[in-house]
Amino acid sequence: MRSGLFARFNRVGAWILLLFLVTPALVAIPVSLTPKRFLSMPGGEYSLRHFTALFSSPEWLSSFFQSAVIGLSTSALATILGTLCAIGLWRVSSKYSEVVRAFLLLPMIIPQIISAMAFYRLWVPLGLLDTYPGMILAHTILAAPLVLITVSASLANFDPKLEQASRNLGASSWVTMWRVILPSIKPGVFAGALFAFILSWDEIVVTLFVSKFNIYTLPRRMWNGIRENTDPTVAAAAVVLIALTLIAFAVFALVSRRNARQSRT
Amino acid sequence: MKTLGRYISPGWFLVAPFLLLVAAFYLGPILNILWLSFTDPVPGVGNYRELYESDALVRIIWTTVRVCIVTTVFSVLLGYVIAYAMVHAHENKRNLMLGFVLVSFWISILVRTFSWLMLLGRNGLVNNAFETIGIISEPIAFMRNELGVLIGMVHYMVPYAVLPLLVNMQTLDMRVMNASRNLGASGTQTFWRIYLPLTTPGLVASTLLVFILSLGFYVTPAVLGGGKVLMVAEYIYVQLLVTLQWGTAAMLAALMLFGVLGLLYVMSRFMKLSTVFGGTAS
Repeated sequence: MRSGLFARFNRVGAWILLLFLVTPALVAIPVSLTPKRFLSMPGGEYSLRHFTALFSSPEWLSSFFQSAVIGLSTSALATILGTLCAIGLWRVSSKYSEVVRAFLLLPMIIPQIISAMAFYRLWVPLGLLDTYPGMILAHTILAAPLVLITVSASLANFDPKLEQASRNLGASSWVTMWRVILPSIKPGVFAGALFAFILSWDEIVVTLFVSKFNIYTLPRRMWNGIRENTDPTVAAAAVVLIALTLIAFAVFALVSRRNARQSRT
Repeated sequence: MKTLGRYISPGWFLVAPFLLLVAAFYLGPILNILWLSFTDPVPGVGNYRELYESDALVRIIWTTVRVCIVTTVFSVLLGYVIAYAMVHAHENKRNLMLGFVLVSFWISILVRTFSWLMLLGRNGLVNNAFETIGIISEPIAFMRNELGVLIGMVHYMVPYAVLPLLVNMQTLDMRVMNASRNLGASGTQTFWRIYLPLTTPGLVASTLLVFILSLGFYVTPAVLGGGKVLMVAEYIYVQLLVTLQWGTAAMLAALMLFGVLGLLYVMSRFMKLSTVFGGTAS
């Protein structure tokens, strides 16, 4: 399809759109450097006072801490549950397992507002509202389907004969899982763990329903800041989040490139 | 365990933990909400009758559907342009473009909403820039109306639209297009009559995915709509956490749930669902 003008037009259009996707978020950077005490653009003068405020505020620091704890726990739990589940479904592979797979992906596609209602409904009688276990459990249910998908994708490329060989050579099913299956699907497991962490780290709708005072995660504090729309500390927090996203993305890109190169040789 | 294993494939023991968790802590309360929509505050179909009786509810649902349709049309259109350029670019460029899509995918929804708040306000960057250049004399109202909500939502949804289209376009056999050119069709004709029809599965998948995700969207409409653009998700939020009324909220959630499940069913006719979501997550 080398209709010169059309292709060039398309390419330019695509790059403009890609810039439209990424650049708006960058406006947080100048706003975070404003020397003024309200949200504004810095008029020629720059100051780091809002970053100082961010890192010396016990509220923001505790939110960073809580989000990290909840994100890491969610990632660990979701990775274990999702990986086991993916391996199990892969072993069974029948028409029932495909139905179960579709069912288990539902938490990911059902609108978050409905998930939030569901958790809120059940967490109140269980006393899980506004607790770490409540948050971690809710996020795990939302995040494990992501792990299920990434691990299943890795398993699709795994040769089942390797498993049979391991069993024939006398390894127990447990040893086979640890020493043969898991090492081969490592990329999928890592990707799943990372996606699970990001989901939890960034989750706001369910969080608004199931947390109150004790649990005040980073998205929740940002949400508050956005609603109040005055304090530039939010902008500083946004810049920190963008930086973390870029770092996470760079690591992910490097790792997946290395994996691709390894699987090619 | 041994005797049980004879009847049940051992793989199910690995599936069981997550399956039970979802059944108990997710499916259970969702069924409970469906039940509530018929029983709270009084048993019967009273909550559903409100759909006929309350203009406010109808307006909220209509706003939601309208905003979602417009968002979907724009997101899929823009996503198509990006995906098309990506499959036709060289490998290095393609990876760079994919990087852009994924980074925008990963940037926190809160960061993006905050940025739009800074850009679109009365004294926001966009209005200031326009005034400086002299295009406008009065600030344009981008926020607290549907325009702002649409800008924010399209911006969020475009990456979701790109990925299923990309998966679909990558599987196309380019020889078909070359054959069409060799047989004398112009580039434009080849695109409209060969390429576009071949990408129908991708188009359907990405349309439905974006529409489903838009339906339950809460953050962007709540912030950029500034209370002026009331959509279902925000209404549910207010009903539950401010006025504490489950009945109407449960009814709306039930409608939304059945809508989503219906659309998923349609979508599964066109594409293996796992391909779509697999594409989204990688």
